[in-house]
Amino acid sequence: MWRFVLRTVLQRLLLLLLISIISHLVIHLAPGQPSEVDPMNPMMKAVDIARIRASFHLDDPFYLQYLHWMRDLVFGDLKSFRDGLPVLPKIWDRFLNSAPLFLLTTLIVWTASFPTGIHAALRRGSLYDRSTTLVAYTLISVPGFFLSYLLILFVVRTFHLPVIGQHTFGTEHAPLIVRFMDRIWHLAIPSIMAALTGIAVLSRYVRAQMLEVIDQDYVRTARAKGLDEDHVVYGHALRNALLPFVTMFGFLLPGLISGSVIFEQIFAWPGLGLLGYEAILARDFPMILTLNFMAAALTLFGILLSDILYAVVDPRIRLE
Amino acid sequence: MTVPATPGRRAEAGVLPLDGAGVLVPAETPFRQVWRSFRKDRLAMAGLVVLAALLMLAVLGKLFTEWWVLFDPATVRLPDKLRPPFSIPSSSIGKELWPTLGLYPFGTDELGRNVFARMLQGSFVSLSVGVVAVSISLIIGITVGGVAGFYGQRKLGFVSVDTLLMRVTDVAVCFPTFFLILTVVALLPPNIYNIMIVIGITSWMGTARFVRAEFMALREQDFVTAARALGLSEGRIIFRHLMPNAMAPVLVSATIDVAHAILTESALSFLGFGVRPPFATWGNILADGRSYIFDAPWLFILPGGAILVVVLAFNLVGEGLRDAMNPKLRRRASG
Repeated sequence: MWRFVLRTVLQRLLLLLLISIISHLVIHLAPGQPSEVDPMNPMMKAVDIARIRASFHLDDPFYLQYLHWMRDLVFGDLKSFRDGLPVLPKIWDRFLNSAPLFLLTTLIVWTASFPTGIHAALRRGSLYDRSTTLVAYTLISVPGFFLSYLLILFVVRTFHLPVIGQHTFGTEHAPLIVRFMDRIWHLAIPSIMAALTGIAVLSRYVRAQMLEVIDQDYVRTARAKGLDEDHVVYGHALRNALLPFVTMFGFLLPGLISGSVIFEQIFAWPGLGLLGYEAILARDFPMILTLNFMAAALTLFGILLSDILYAVVDPRIRLE
Repeated sequence: MTVPATPGRRAEAGVLPLDGAGVLVPAETPFRQVWRSFRKDRLAMAGLVVLAALLMLAVLGKLFTEWWVLFDPATVRLPDKLRPPFSIPSSSIGKELWPTLGLYPFGTDELGRNVFARMLQGSFVSLSVGVVAVSISLIIGITVGGVAGFYGQRKLGFVSVDTLLMRVTDVAVCFPTFFLILTVVALLPPNIYNIMIVIGITSWMGTARFVRAEFMALREQDFVTAARALGLSEGRIIFRHLMPNAMAPVLVSATIDVAHAILTESALSFLGFGVRPPFATWGNILADGRSYIFDAPWLFILPGGAILVVVLAFNLVGEGLRDAMNPKLRRRASG
């Protein structure tokens, strides 16, 4: 087991290195220079541009730029092109904003999908099953921002409450409890919107997995023993249907960075996705590359985590 | 030669009647079997009808907005901006600028352009973004997966072809897709072809894995050995015997990928990196319409609804195909 972990970690590190090199290539081969972002600015003289380019090593050959980036990232003094501030603290700040949204979204997705999916599987072909199927497909098919705008329209028109941003304007000096509740309210709508697609996908998956096991012999045996239905469904069927979901925990992680660009943009939520979007608009290469690197690292770590979790919960699987 | 490529499927069909020439012919071709079970799925059939209508609409859209301009999507009529659906042009619009039907069926946008004409033009562009992007991803995916599956055991120096290609696929999977698309689209000159290409080259990994798995399983089967024994060329074995048998999961995922590509295009439009004018797509009409959501909700609801219906249709057809092509489910449904 440990040998497997060690070997996989080494392989993954190699992969990560490869990914970072490729993302550098992608960015540097594409047209569009960071120093060209503001071409209309009369204050930008050729001398200034040359000075900026020199200070960010933009005139060095490709491999040197890469090594500079790597060294700066490791020692934590990578600076953003945009404002010269260190990249890592900026990412950390945004992470603190993204984390609650991400956690709440995940919580909603996982708590809502299981009952929906299990119920649909147990009543296969019923009106409930067919209507949840249709609703799920509709949710998968709707552009996320379209639905969010409709909901914003509805909430603003009906309840006359603000939904955009992290807090209501003018509540900065309100009592703590008010600010807390306000934050929860502002957190709730974006996370519900971000969760809807997840619920649709995951509940379909739960349904399919439950259908796989519900006709198995051991479930029939459990029924024949005279166990009550709840015990059969949750104790025998669900426990075995759960296995593949363990692996999905690992795949959740990268969503922290790249999954939420659209929703953070709609709800003006200053998280990691929005940070990346702003960096792309500003051609802020160090920021883009670092976020990209972190997302890839999270993906790889997620896959490793799910491999290990799978081996832990399923004794039939041996890692070697 | 009417010998079907899959002896396995022939057995499934059950009875093997003799036709006049004395050649064994399966009672039902695989295609008919799939179609029979697909037809029972009412949601999927509804999706298929929508897609057929969409295809017609897209062709008509191309016809009426570019070749024989009945509906001009580009005419600007500033006095008539933000008119609600079914309104009649105001008297200040000259005869030569009157819309074809004498009214704006879907209203007008902030420049007084006929939204109906724009949607009609967009139907072709949106559909082609989806189809071209998926074709690109299919070509890459089938090539990578096919080579890895068929020639996987050959050595290139110290690694096998399979290891090499699958590690490449792993690398591609680990890129945060949407982020990558955004980055590349933001850096490249913004045109519609770049968007198609970028969506295409970031979504081939699933196809590659399916095709590889199918090829590896099929390569060892008896009918391939038989084909080899007959002395058929490798190309013929790959394209005539392996490929048709590996297509089922590819077709399913391609259908769903088209839906995904259309959604990605609209998300890119929303972030301001979508297809640029003069092309109208449903995605960019929707993205532009959100600024007028209070004053002119039709600019938002019509394209959004259209995208929803089309993407839903693609998803339903894809899922219907998946069920129809799954022999296990098929037997359960009929037995």
